[in-house]
Amino acid sequence: MLTAATNTQPFDMAETHSLQDMRQQAAIASKVFIQRDYTTGTMCQFQTKLPSDLEARIDKQQFEETVRTLNNLYAEAEKLGSQSFIEGCLACLTAYTVFLCMETHYEKVLKKIAKFIQEQNDKIYAPRGLLLTDPIERGLRVIEVTIFEDRSLTR
Amino acid sequence: MRECEYSQISTRSSTPMETPYKKRTPKKRKWQLFPGRNKFYCDGRIMMAKQTGVFYLTLVLILATCGLFFTFDCPFLALQLTPVIPVIGGVLFLFVLGSLLRTSFSDPGVLPRATPDEAADLERQIDVANGTTGYRPPPRTKEVVINGQTVKLKYCFTCKIFRPPRASHCSLCDNCVERFDHHCPWVGNCVGRRNYRFFYMFILSLSFLTIFIFSFVITHIILESHRSGFLSALKESPASVLEVVVCFFSVWSIVGLSGFHTYLISSNQTTNEDIKGSWSSKRGKDNYNPYSYGNIVTNCCAALCGPLPPSLIDRRGFIQSGVPQIAPPANGIPMYGSTQSQQSHMVSESENERQPPPLSSSSKAPMVHHHFLTPEEMPSPPGMLPCGSPMGHSPMGHSPTVQAGFYNPASQDSLHEDSVRGLVKLSSV
Repeated sequence: MLTAATNTQPFDMAETHSLQDMRQQAAIASKVFIQRDYTTGTMCQFQTKLPSDLEARIDKQQFEETVRTLNNLYAEAEKLGSQSFIEGCLACLTAYTVFLCMETHYEKVLKKIAKFIQEQNDKIYAPRGLLLTDPIERGLRVIEVTIFEDRSLTR
Repeated sequence: MRECEYSQISTRSSTPMETPYKKRTPKKRKWQLFPGRNKFYCDGRIMMAKQTGVFYLTLVLILATCGLFFTFDCPFLALQLTPVIPVIGGVLFLFVLGSLLRTSFSDPGVLPRATPDEAADLERQIDVANGTTGYRPPPRTKEVVINGQTVKLKYCFTCKIFRPPRASHCSLCDNCVERFDHHCPWVGNCVGRRNYRFFYMFILSLSFLTIFIFSFVITHIILESHRSGFLSALKESPASVLEVVVCFFSVWSIVGLSGFHTYLISSNQTTNEDIKGSWSSKRGKDNYNPYSYGNIVTNCCAALCGPLPPSLIDRRGFIQSGVPQIAPPANGIPMYGSTQSQQSHMVSESENERQPPPLSSSSKAPMVHHHFLTPEEMPSPPGMLPCGSPMGHSPMGHSPTVQAGFYNPASQDSLHEDSVRGLVKLSSV
């Protein structure tokens, strides 16, 4: 089963074939899941501890930095600030029709998060044979880290 | 499988699912393979519970009463008193309708089920923690300390996840819902994190509307009877009598419910937690609500004006071929005659694959027992009863049959039970 890099763009045939090629080149060794951290309550936060499976691949500091930034971004999304309050009141007064033309604050931050993860993957994780999946694609339950087999070692 | 008519070349080299030419079958949206028992309309834009009969009753009651009010009472009141009355009535009516539809049609905060990889990873971790021994493992829970209170996170056997705090599994909809309040048959949906504020707006505005209509219909009858006597006033507008009766009975329940939910919001509790007495001081001296912000204003703002999280289930997204779909239910019973045939096909296929791992067979027995023992898996009683006293609390034997699939005779009983309970709740008001 094709469980390779999941992105939201629909595949067309050419891409599927190249993905199959990629799969032959970089087979998935395993997946690691970073679970949620509920110690602060129901707010979306992830555990910053580096799993043992990734210790060989990535620096502990680097990983913790990534997860901490993600946690900060999610905290920003769910923050009870004046902006969210104004947005809530405006929405109530317009019977929530305002969201037909405007994005909610949460959605704006989710877009920021998606960009950040893309950036991190390109700069840090892909060169190490790892891939972070945006938690929103897993229902904000886990950060899925796909570990690709290091072909350079087996050749 | 039907070969693509265009292809002249054998496509055996590629995987059986794909052809080198354009696919004949249109892409499916995720709502079409949604594992819960929800109904979707308008190509996934609208999401409701399976049984919507009582919701239509709510709609009919509101529309009929307001229709009668605007047709028979408003002309008199507009002339005799002020035309502002129908205007205010109209605004209230639109607000009630808007919030009702918003509550009923939106995603309450359903948690998507775990992908097969996640589920396997969690099972592995739990096995390591428990130790693989011969006897039945205890129910799976995880303890977490939130703001100084120890909270138990339960493992959901249907969704294959550890439920976040305040989440609960609704057995009517067969979904885990974030910040689960209750399943409301009057609204035809669960009330959870994403639609609680709409639900509260609905019952609050409905209280005002009911009181508004009640008082002005009484005023109409009184003014009319000053002119022509009480009995002839009644004869002239029989609709008013009907409205008074409906409003009289509604006022007690709706206003009571609004008061109850105002209390819940100010103390940042859910109906579920209040009924179970999770944070009541009766449980212990040090028992307090770890989610409360300390003062009433902040609690209210958080519940009503906080950021609205997006839907996690992405029901209108397209299914990616090759992306892992959710894990089938762990009870080992394939879902026969599911509304989504593709889903059942997938389930029966993967059931065969899952025979070898001992976990699937060993989890069957404890799962059933787990459901007998934990009241948390019970559907919460509807929130329409003032003071939240559970009237129609279902018997213990209900939950296991819920898992057994659609056309299983056992599940027919559970569906029948659901509708009976719906009637019981109806008669209680």
